[in-house]
Amino acid sequence: MSAIERPQPNKTKTFVDMDYLLHEAPREQHFITGAQAMAEAVKRANVDMAIAYPITPQSEVMHLVGDIYAQGHLKEYYRAEEELGTMSAIAGAARAGVRLFTATSGPGLLRGLEAIASWPGHRVPAVLGVLTRVVNAPLSIQPDNIEMAYLMHCGAVMLHAENQQDTFDMTLAAFAITEKVDVYIPVSVSTEGFFVTHAKGYVDMMSEDLAYKDFDSVAAPVPAMDNETPPARIQRDAPVQKSNFMSYLIHSVWQQEIWDSNRRAMKYIYQYLGGPIEVVNPDADVFVIASGCAAAQGREAQRYAEEENLNVGLIKVRAIRPFPIDEINAAVKNAKTLIVPEHNIIGWLSKEVKAAIPNGGIVVEGPRVYGGMTLPVELIMKEIYTALGLEYDLKL
Amino acid sequence: MATDKKRYNIRISGLGGQGVVTTAHILGSTMDNAGKYASLVPFFGSEKRMAPVEAYVRASSEPIYEVGEVVYPDIIMIYHSQVVTHGKSYTMPFYTGLKPNSLIIINSEFNVLEEEDKQVLRDLNATVVQFDATKLAQKIAGTELATNMAMMGMLLGLTKLVTTEHIEAAVRERFLGTSFVSSGGTAMLDSAIEKKFKKKEQLLEANMNVIKWTFDMAAKVDLESGDLITQIDV
Repeated sequence: MSAIERPQPNKTKTFVDMDYLLHEAPREQHFITGAQAMAEAVKRANVDMAIAYPITPQSEVMHLVGDIYAQGHLKEYYRAEEELGTMSAIAGAARAGVRLFTATSGPGLLRGLEAIASWPGHRVPAVLGVLTRVVNAPLSIQPDNIEMAYLMHCGAVMLHAENQQDTFDMTLAAFAITEKVDVYIPVSVSTEGFFVTHAKGYVDMMSEDLAYKDFDSVAAPVPAMDNETPPARIQRDAPVQKSNFMSYLIHSVWQQEIWDSNRRAMKYIYQYLGGPIEVVNPDADVFVIASGCAAAQGREAQRYAEEENLNVGLIKVRAIRPFPIDEINAAVKNAKTLIVPEHNIIGWLSKEVKAAIPNGGIVVEGPRVYGGMTLPVELIMKEIYTALGLEYDLKL
Repeated sequence: MATDKKRYNIRISGLGGQGVVTTAHILGSTMDNAGKYASLVPFFGSEKRMAPVEAYVRASSEPIYEVGEVVYPDIIMIYHSQVVTHGKSYTMPFYTGLKPNSLIIINSEFNVLEEEDKQVLRDLNATVVQFDATKLAQKIAGTELATNMAMMGMLLGLTKLVTTEHIEAAVRERFLGTSFVSSGGTAMLDSAIEKKFKKKEQLLEANMNVIKWTFDMAAKVDLESGDLITQIDV
C-alpha cells in the first residue's frame, strides 16, 4: 500500500476499560509463541502508533505488529533508522498525545538507552517490550537478560514475564499503568528471547473485537501538542542557562518525582496483575526466588521437590521496578535459605533481594547461567538439596 | 526404553533446511490437539542450509513450566549423520546429558557410532533406532524435504503419544493455517515445496503418507529387545 493509503479496521471494536479486559472478559485458550502473545496484546490495547528498528529476537514481535498495522489495528507504524532514532521518535510522538509501543533487544536497548533514560523525565507514557538478548562481545543472539540491569536505574516501571501468558497480560496491563496520571512514566515488559518469543505456550486471550478504551491525552500531566495546545517548549528557559544552582535543584527535585511515580505504579500492579510477587508454598524453609524464565525453571524445581516430599517454596517476582521490598520481606520472614537462579552473570536479582531483606546471608547467589544458555532445573535442584543438607547426583 | 513416561524431554539435532524447527512446532501442536501439553524452543545461529540447528520439545500429560534448551533429554533425534560424524551439533558429544533408559533415533542407513559412543550408550541402557528417513521421504513423498515427517512419524510411532489424526490436524495447521510465522528461509522452502506440489493438499497428503508409513515401521520395533541398535531397512 502507499504511504497515504492507510489500512482501515475491518471490524467495529467494543472499547472497554482495562479491569474488564483483564479480569472479566471471557477468554479462549490459544497455543502461540511469545512474540504472537505480545503482538496480540498490542492489538487489544488499541495502540495508536508503533515505531521500531529490528533486532533479533525482537524482530518477530515487531514484524507481527506490522502485520496488525496492515490489518488496521494501528494508526501508524514505521521502521526508524536505528534504536536511538526509534526511542527519540517515541518521545516525540508522546508529545502528540498518542498511545505508543516499541520493542527491542540487548544491544538495541543499549543503543536507544540515552533516549529511554530520558523518557521518565519527559513523562513519556510508552510501553517498551524487551525481548532479552546478550549484550557484550562476542556476538550471540541468545536470551541473556543482562540488559535489564542497565534499565533498572532509568526510572521506568519494569515487569518481567515468566511465559507467553505473562507476556500477553503484562503487556496489556502496561498500557493502563503507564497512562495513570500519578504514574505517567514508561512501563517495560521484559521476557527472555527465544525461550518465550520463539517458543509456543498456552495463552488465554479475550476476543480481538474488544479493545482498551482510547488514550486520553487531556488527562496527561504533560499536555499534548495539538491545534488547541500550540507547540510549546517543555522548558521555556533551560535551567542550565539560568544558573547551575537552579539546574541541579530542578533536576534533583524532578528525579525524586520520577521515582515517586515509579513507586505509585505499585498499586496498579496489584490492581491489574494481582501484585508484584506470587508465593507458592508460603510455609517453606527453602525458597526459590526468581523472575522471568528463571521463575519458570524455579516453578518446575518446586514441583519436583514436592514430588520428593521436600518442603520448598517459590517466590516469583513480577515487578523489578518498583521492587517489591515489603512483599518479599513478608514472604521470607521465616525462611532459612533463598535460592536465586538467574539468566545473567552479575546476578542483579540476587543483589536486589539481598539488599531488600535484613538477613542477606541466607541468599544463595545462583545458580546462574549467562550468554543465553539454558538454566537446567537440575541445577536448581542441586542447590535445594545442598540447602537441605542432602546429596544430589548431577551428571552432565 | 519405557514408553509410559509422564513426560518426554526431546532434543532434535540436524542441519539447516531439514525441518528441525518445523518438526518442533508440529510436535507441539500435535500434543495440543491430543489434549496434552507441550512446550518447544528452537536454537539456531545464522540461517543457512547445512548449519547446525537444534530444537527442543517437552511433551507431557501434565502442564509444563520449564523453558529453554533440553540439557537432560529422554529422547534424542539426529536428522543428519554429520551431526555425529562431523560434530555438527550444539551439544557435544550428541548424547551429552542423555538420561538412563532413553531413546535415540538416527537418520542414517549405516552405523555412525564409534565403539566408545556405543559403550557410553550401553552403560546408560539406551536404545538406538536407525533408519534412512531421507530415502524413505524420497520414496513415499518424492522429496527429501519430508525427512522431518519420517523422523516425527518414527518418534510418535515408538512413543504412542498421539494418534495419526492428531498429527494430521497439526500438519494441516502448519501448512494450510494462517497463524504460523516462518523466517525468510523457511518461507522460501515452503514456497519451493508448494510449487513442486502445486496444491497444498497434495503436500499434506504426501506428508501424511510418510508419517503413516513410519507408524507401521515403528509398530514392528521391539524397544525391550535389549539390543543397543535396531537398524530398519527402508
